[in-house]
Amino acid sequence: MALRQHSEDPIRGLTRRALVLGGLQLGLFGILGARLYQLQILQQERYSLLAEENRVNMRLLAPPRGRILDRFGTALAINRQNYKVMLVREQIRNLKDTLLRLQQIVSLEDTEIERLSRDLRRTRAFVPVMAAENLTWDQVSRIEVNAPELPGLSIDVGQTRIYPLRESMAHIVGYVGPVSGPELTASADPLLQLPDLRIGKSGVEKTYDKPLRGRAGTLEYEVNAHGRIIRDLARTQGQPGKDLVISIDSRLQRYAHERLAGETAASAVVMDVHNGDLLALASVPTYDPMAFVLGISGAEWNRLIHDPLKPLSNRSTAGLYAPGSTFKTVVALAALEAGVEPDRTVHCPGHYRLGRARFHCWRRWGHDHMDMIDSLSESCDVYFYDVARRIGIERIAAMARKLGLGAPSGLDLAGEQAGVVPTEAWKLEQTGQPWQTGETLISAIGQGFVLTTPLQLTVMTARMANGGKAVHPRLLRGLRDEDAPLHIVRPPEDLGIPRAHLAIVREGLDRAVNDKRGTAYSSRIKKSGWEMAGKTGTSQVRRISMAERARGVIRNEDLPRHRRDHALFVAFAPVAEPRYACAAVVDHGGSGARAAAPIAHDLLLETQRLAPLNRPALPMAAVPDPGRDSRREG
Amino acid sequence: MSLLSSHGSEPDRRLGQKLLQVNWVLVLLLSLLTGVGLLMLYSAAGGHAEPWAVRQSMRYGFALLALLTIAAIDIRFWFRMAYPIYAVSLALLAAVEVAGSSGMGAQRWIDLKIFQLQPSEIMKVALVLALARYFHSLTGDALGRPARLVVPLVLVLVPTGLVLKQPDLGTAGMLLAAGGAVFFCAGVRYWMFAAMLILAAAAVPVAWDMLHDYQQARILIFLDPESDPLDSGYHILQSKIALGSGGLWGQGFMQGTQSHLSFLPEKQTDFIFTMLAEELGLVSALGLLLLYALVLAYGFAIALSVRSQFARLLVLGITANLFLYVFVNIAMVTGLIPVVGVPLPLISYGGTAMLAVMISYGLAISAYVHREVKIARRGPGDA
Repeated sequence: MALRQHSEDPIRGLTRRALVLGGLQLGLFGILGARLYQLQILQQERYSLLAEENRVNMRLLAPPRGRILDRFGTALAINRQNYKVMLVREQIRNLKDTLLRLQQIVSLEDTEIERLSRDLRRTRAFVPVMAAENLTWDQVSRIEVNAPELPGLSIDVGQTRIYPLRESMAHIVGYVGPVSGPELTASADPLLQLPDLRIGKSGVEKTYDKPLRGRAGTLEYEVNAHGRIIRDLARTQGQPGKDLVISIDSRLQRYAHERLAGETAASAVVMDVHNGDLLALASVPTYDPMAFVLGISGAEWNRLIHDPLKPLSNRSTAGLYAPGSTFKTVVALAALEAGVEPDRTVHCPGHYRLGRARFHCWRRWGHDHMDMIDSLSESCDVYFYDVARRIGIERIAAMARKLGLGAPSGLDLAGEQAGVVPTEAWKLEQTGQPWQTGETLISAIGQGFVLTTPLQLTVMTARMANGGKAVHPRLLRGLRDEDAPLHIVRPPEDLGIPRAHLAIVREGLDRAVNDKRGTAYSSRIKKSGWEMAGKTGTSQVRRISMAERARGVIRNEDLPRHRRDHALFVAFAPVAEPRYACAAVVDHGGSGARAAAPIAHDLLLETQRLAPLNRPALPMAAVPDPGRDSRREG
Repeated sequence: MSLLSSHGSEPDRRLGQKLLQVNWVLVLLLSLLTGVGLLMLYSAAGGHAEPWAVRQSMRYGFALLALLTIAAIDIRFWFRMAYPIYAVSLALLAAVEVAGSSGMGAQRWIDLKIFQLQPSEIMKVALVLALARYFHSLTGDALGRPARLVVPLVLVLVPTGLVLKQPDLGTAGMLLAAGGAVFFCAGVRYWMFAAMLILAAAAVPVAWDMLHDYQQARILIFLDPESDPLDSGYHILQSKIALGSGGLWGQGFMQGTQSHLSFLPEKQTDFIFTMLAEELGLVSALGLLLLYALVLAYGFAIALSVRSQFARLLVLGITANLFLYVFVNIAMVTGLIPVVGVPLPLISYGGTAMLAVMISYGLAISAYVHREVKIARRGPGDA
């Protein structure tokens, strides 16, 4: 009976129920014990690992980027301390709040906030993302003070690239910029994962980005729950970027830049005729590379890329010009090779007849009787019409190629143009039309299809001046820390041009400058022993695309602006024992003699005054190291 | 039996005699537990007695004094005071509830300088006292009458409702469970438990509607911590990581990386058990459980040795309370139940739980010291 049970002794009933309750409690304690056994013994490994992950963070250390120095050790690109605010995604509890607090200290535009949010999503959680850089000391200290309330936010001392010579070196040294999406996917280098890493975008910075960049190190460190670093645990040292020494003499380069600065658009090259070291490579207009480093505005960027004068482009390597009369040196060498006697004269009545067509000499009233040296010195067109017709375009083209025209020179600088050295086959392929003899004549005076860069003209001149050696232009002299300089100083190959032929052309160029009747007599160097030889050039041609050539070239008269010819001048010095080759081109400068020759005069004079080849260049192992902090963290 | 006879059943003893009767082993166990707590607080502070260990030991000294004082007072006094104490506790609870909801700040405790007293903690003792007194007078067939359960149900549900409104689900649950334990020990019929459960289930929707939106939100988060991973979900994960990385022997005293690198939240209060298990391992964690189990066992031993129904129910209720503290806290930090703010008594930093437990055991020891005292069955309201 149920009731019976309930009316039994309450004390006994209570004892039984108390025991049930005690048993229940014991059982529940047993569950707790089992749970602890499960967590602490069975799953210990898993949770220990998680604890370690909690505790240990890793980040990449960006090595300092190598410096770029000129041949005497002058700094062209160096690093400066740059205070940055970094965000680490995995440590941020509330991004919105953190950004709001940060904005009270550092002004951030909406676009920057967007960029930041994107970067934070794109990179791995432990990679710090830069929120703002180039902070003032005041901003730095305010952020440090507020650090406890801003988890995931920290100050990092990075490095900014500084280009002390700014505009004058922009086209050679180039600039660095953030890693782009395609660059990120193309490379396996973990360094590129650092969104604040800057890599070379143009110039030598781009060509030698790999050695300049160095190798990433890693730092493992212990953090607490707020992301504050407690201590460093392990550090694998990366490899700092290598210092780069280039062949440029920055003093000469600056001089060249200033000399050209008066022109709207011009370029000039000075090169060692024996080893191809580029001593100056100037082009105006130019730009300030610091603008890219400090963050260029959209408007500024648009102005740069839409400027018809193309300040971002290096005219001396990427500007294409019809060589004009400077090309006559090539024709002369080709003629000598073909057996034309240098003494043979041609009568110049001021024009040349080919069938029903008349080809004019620049001197309307003619030059009378001209031999090869005279015609180089006085730049007689008719003489070269005659010679070219005899030897044909193929021989001229072969000599042009030998001297370095019609193909990229192989300079270690991106964006170099190949130019055009036309042949019969080339024209047929390009236009489908057969070659006309008239085109041979026009080519002989460096017009028509022929296109060259100022650098190619310099190489051409150097090869004639150095006794027919296949010298190649180079910028890099060597990498620091490298036993052997990358610049291989192997004597250049001989082009197989007889010395006698070269002597005749050199004589012609000597007289073109130093003879009263020469076209550049007014630009001669008067200092004894420093005299230069050279050749003027005046080209009617603007930059013409292949497509336009195929359609038919628009006549000069139809051009909306800048009808004036390009002014060119190639030169070497000293005449007796050539060491320096030079080319100067002034866009739409008028005649070569008036606009370009004076520039070449000034440049070669200054070059010989500075005498970069007579001063000891920087030995590779002894690059000065002023206050570089190799322990930098990135 | 009359009230008079119960007075005279045992002669008044002197204080010294009473102190000799005190169950000193129990006091030693409680002190041992507090000592473990002080060690952990010393570690939590990075090897310093400040800011926690010193204050905590001062509190223990005060609480120990309270325990002995309470133990020395005749159990009949506590019998008489059961309802007044309950009434005062309820008034305090209602007062802080009103203060808390009337914009005077969310202060749910009373500042006693050395302690900050939460009326809800005191209510845990007061409820057991009041229920023990009620059921003391209720015997046999009276227990079978549902009408007899109305009063004790009201005694349980009113304070439970008040703390639920805070909302403090942990304390509310503990009040219900402790009340249930006293009901159970008093001999309430099983079918009545079943009926109460059904009624409770039916009452849930009504109670739900009475809650504010933010209270409902907090309850929802309580039931589904994953919905708020940054807060309680994060805490539980970190707690499990710290526990698991402790292993069998622990990472060493003051060597717990998770606790000391602040991954472990509330390491000196609600999550102090995790810290102990991380630093001293499974062995010490089970050792601590054993200490608590011994205290609980002493409670049962006392309950079975006292003569009055009031004292038995009181001690069993007190034991149930301590068990609930320990179980809820450890189940919480090991991720078995959602996070509710229940401290580990005597170990966690903080005075209220310690005071509540020490007062409780003061009453339990008083019951033991006066174990031969008989109390008349006929209480007020029992005709």
